[in-house]
Amino acid sequence: MSMRLLRLFGGRNATAPVARERLQILLSHERGLLGQSDLLVTLREEILAVVSKHVALDPDKVLVKLERGKTVSTLEVDIEVPNNFDKSKAIAERRMAG
Amino acid sequence: MAKVLVVTSGKGGVGKTTSTAALGAALAQSGQSVVVVDFDVGLRNLDLVMGAERRVVFDLINVVQGVAKLPQALIRDKRLENLWLLPASQTRDKDALTDEGVGRVIGELRSRFDWILCDSPAGIERGATLAMRYADEAVIVTNPEVSSVRDSDRIIGMLDSKTVRAERGERVEKHVLITRYDPARAARGEMLNIDDILEILATPLLGIIPESQDVLKASNVGTPVTLNDADSAPARAYVDASRRLMGEQVAMVVPAERRGFMNRLLGRRAA
Repeated sequence: MSMRLLRLFGGRNATAPVARERLQILLSHERGLLGQSDLLVTLREEILAVVSKHVALDPDKVLVKLERGKTVSTLEVDIEVPNNFDKSKAIAERRMAG
Repeated sequence: MAKVLVVTSGKGGVGKTTSTAALGAALAQSGQSVVVVDFDVGLRNLDLVMGAERRVVFDLINVVQGVAKLPQALIRDKRLENLWLLPASQTRDKDALTDEGVGRVIGELRSRFDWILCDSPAGIERGATLAMRYADEAVIVTNPEVSSVRDSDRIIGMLDSKTVRAERGERVEKHVLITRYDPARAARGEMLNIDDILEILATPLLGIIPESQDVLKASNVGTPVTLNDADSAPARAYVDASRRLMGEQVAMVVPAERRGFMNRLLGRRAA
């Protein structure tokens, strides 16, 4: 009742602007980055290809994460590089495979 | 030149079937030959809203599969002689629809009617994608509410990529139809306003249908709201929308709040 009175006498409790802002943020993400549902898969594969040209990697230890924020989004790429990395061995292996 | 128009939304319960029936009847009343096609296979309702539920013999699936010929499945409206219904099947599922089968039926309908209105099921699955597949134009039914606007945005993306027109590099002409608009709640700032919705969806407005008891009353008796009570606010809004579809310039009427005595006394104004 008090809320109603408050509103009646000018106290506005407009939720529509909140809805608009939430939608604008959400949709700008969904249309761009998240609209392409396989974006993260593509990113992961291509990053893996580039990095493994120079460093031997375990493909299972490459994590790509996307987190969206209000003004910026962060793309987090976490690649574990083994210490016993041997570049010449990796190159040889690649030649065998290729 | 026949026009295929899909009435779609993504979200369920926003008023696709009501709008298909109302727009179809309004177009037919202005002399166009119209068929309304129910794509909601398994959950058909357009027959009920049109008041033809007891006259369904064959359906869209029967025609797609060649079990029945198109004229056997078409049901003529009892009130308007140039309005027809092609019902959906109630017993089959959406997988019974094939792309080429639907294409063939739409092609046949194009040679018989001025307007082919496809009532899409909710969702983004096969039934919805096939309902929009051959569309020249689309009416995206949207409620002034966040989840509906989000789903409309998704559907607009599909209209721009998954239709035959999009694949040919042509455009599907899109219109937003706002339904269940409540002027009192809009005035209090409790409901997304129309400019915001249009800005977010970046799609032109076809009409604003006010929330109204008349819509329920019309569906209760199985009559499109434009025929049931032509003077009611939703009927007038649908008729205006149908005229815009035919290319007429009709001034947009934003439903206004009916101000009660107390409100007038206090001098409250619609924002």
